[in-house]
Amino acid sequence: MEIKYIAGNQEIENQHVKNGIIRNQNGKNPRTKHREVNSQEARNKIIIFQKLCNYGMHPVSAAAALLVLLAACLTFFILIFLIAYILVKGIPYLTPELFSWNYTSENASLLPSLVNTLSMTILALLIAAPVSIFSAIYLVEYARKESKFVHLIRITAETLSGIPSIVYGLFGLLFFVTTLGWGYSLLAGAFTLVIMILPLIMRTTEEALKSVPDSYREASFGLGAGKLRTIFKIVLPSAVSGILAGVILAIGRVVGETAALIYTAGTVAEIPNGLMGSGRTLAIHMYALSSEGLHVNQAYATAVILLAMVLAINWISGMIARRITKG
Amino acid sequence: MSNVKEKGMKTLFLAAACTSVLAVALICVFLFANGIPAIGKIGPLSFLSGDTWRPSNDLYGIFPMILGSIYVTAGAIIIGVPIAVLTSVFMAKYCPKKIYRLLKSAIELMAGVPSIVYGFFGLVVIVPMIRDFSRGLAELTGKKELLSNGSSMLTASILLGIMILPTVIGVTESAIRSIPDSYYEGSLALGATHERTIFCVILPAAKSGILAGVVLGIGRAIGETMAVIMVAGNQARLPAGLFKGVRTMTANIVIEMGYATDLHREALIATGVVLFVFILIINLCLSALNRRSVNGN
Repeated sequence: MEIKYIAGNQEIENQHVKNGIIRNQNGKNPRTKHREVNSQEARNKIIIFQKLCNYGMHPVSAAAALLVLLAACLTFFILIFLIAYILVKGIPYLTPELFSWNYTSENASLLPSLVNTLSMTILALLIAAPVSIFSAIYLVEYARKESKFVHLIRITAETLSGIPSIVYGLFGLLFFVTTLGWGYSLLAGAFTLVIMILPLIMRTTEEALKSVPDSYREASFGLGAGKLRTIFKIVLPSAVSGILAGVILAIGRVVGETAALIYTAGTVAEIPNGLMGSGRTLAIHMYALSSEGLHVNQAYATAVILLAMVLAINWISGMIARRITKG
Repeated sequence: MSNVKEKGMKTLFLAAACTSVLAVALICVFLFANGIPAIGKIGPLSFLSGDTWRPSNDLYGIFPMILGSIYVTAGAIIIGVPIAVLTSVFMAKYCPKKIYRLLKSAIELMAGVPSIVYGFFGLVVIVPMIRDFSRGLAELTGKKELLSNGSSMLTASILLGIMILPTVIGVTESAIRSIPDSYYEGSLALGATHERTIFCVILPAAKSGILAGVVLGIGRAIGETMAVIMVAGNQARLPAGLFKGVRTMTANIVIEMGYATDLHREALIATGVVLFVFILIINLCLSALNRRSVNGN
C-alpha cells in the first residue's frame, strides 16, 4: 500500500480501503459490502492523484521523497551490478582445467584452495562452535544476570567483534605462528579464525537460548531432570535453528576472510599433507591471482565461485531464519 | 555421581565463557609487547609524526599512513552515510512489504560479499572509471596534476563507501524503527508532510542510533584491508590529493610484513598497535553511544 502515509484522516480512510481490498481478494465479504468497497476503490485513485497534488504543493517534500527513492535504487543497483558484472565476466572462464587437482602457474587451478577453504572452515567450526555455544550456555543458564563477570564477557565479546581482521592476522602471526612455533599452517589459520568467529556464534546462540521460554525449563525441572539434562535435552534442541543461523554466518565470514589468513595459513597453492602444512584458501587465491595480474580471467572465475558460496550461505541462513519466525 | 558431572560441566561452561576474555587479553599482551618496544626505539614522536617511511634507511614515520587511513575513512563516510541513511529511511518508511523483503535480503547479501570480491570489483570497474574521469577533468581544466592512474584516494573512498553501506543501513534502520509511532502521528496531525515528518522529527529523534551506525561504519572502513590495497595505490608518502594514491595503516602491514625483519617488522607490528588503539577508541565511543540511546529511550 503505497498510499498508506498521507495526512491524518485520509490515512484512516486508506485503512478502510486496505481492509476492503484484502477482504475483496479473499472473496469472503458479503455481497452488500461490495458496492461500498468499489466506491472506496474509486476514492483510492483520487487519493493517489491527491498525493501527487500534495507533492506539487510541497516541492521540497517531493524532492526529499525523490532523493530517498534514488538512494534506495542506487544501493540496490550497486549490488546487482556487482553480482552481474562478476558473473558475466567470470562464468565463461569456469573451464575444466581450473578444477584440475594440481596447481601450476599455467592453469591457476582453484581446486586446491577450494579444498583448503573447506578444511579450514570445518576445522575452525569444530573448535569455535563448542566453545562459543558453551560460553553462551554459561551466560544464559548459569551466570547471574548483570554480574560483573557477565559484563566483562559482554565487553570483551563486543571488542572482539570490532577488531579488524588484519589485527587478528598480526596476532595469529605473533602467537600461533611464532610463539607456539606452528609456522604458516592450516592450524594457525584456523585458530586465528576461531577467535574471530567466536563472538559471532556466541551472540546468536545467546539470543536463541534467551528466546526459549522459561516454562520449558520449569517443566523439565518439574519432571525431575537435572540442570544439565534440561540444557542438553530441552533447551538446546529448541534453540537449534537459531544456533545454526549463527554458525552459517560464521561460515560466511570464514569463506571470505583474507587479511587474517595471509600471514597465518600462508599462500602455498597446494593441499597440505596435514594440519601443520601451509595452504591458501579461495579468498587468498583470488588475491594472489588479481595482484599478480597474470590470470585476471581466472580471478573472475574464482570470484564467481566465491560469490556462489556466499549466495548459497545467505540462502540457507535465510531459509533457517524463515523457519524460526514460522515456528 | 551426577552431582560431580553437573559440577564438572558447569566448570567447563565457565571455562568456555572465559575464552573471549582470554583472547582479548592475549591479543593486547602480544600486540603491545611486540609493538611498544619498537615505538620506544624509534621514538614515539618520530614514529607517530614522522612523515617519511623508508625502512631501508631506518626511517619509520607512519604519519602518512595515519593520515591516509583517516582521509580514506572520512571519504567513505561522506560518500556512504548519506546514501545509507536515505536507503534506511526508504526501507523503514516508504517501502511496500514485498519490496522490503527483497531489499532486506539484498542488504544482507551485500554484507556477506567478501572484501576481496569488493576489492576486485573496484580494481576492474572503479579504477578505470576514475582514470577516465581524471583524464577528462585534466583536459577540461588544463591542470596536469589532476591526471591519475585510477588507483587513488577517491577510488578507495568510493569502494569503502559501498562496503560500509550494509553496516550503516542495518543500524540506522533499526534506530528509525525504534522511534514511537506517536512522534510520526503527532507531526502529521500538525500538518507536516510525510517527508517533513521524517527529516525534521524522526531522524533527529533517532540521532544517537544513527550516530552509532556511523561510528560502526568508521570502524569497518578504518580496519578494511584487502579491498583498500587493491585500489588505493599504496604509495607511502603524505596524501597529495584526491586523485593521488595513498597507503593506509592496514595496507602498510599487509604489503611489507611478508619480507620485513628486525626493527622493520617491529615497526609494522607497532603500526598494528596504533590501528588497534584507534579501534579501541571507536569501540569506546560506540558503547557510550549505545548506553546513551538505551538511557534515552
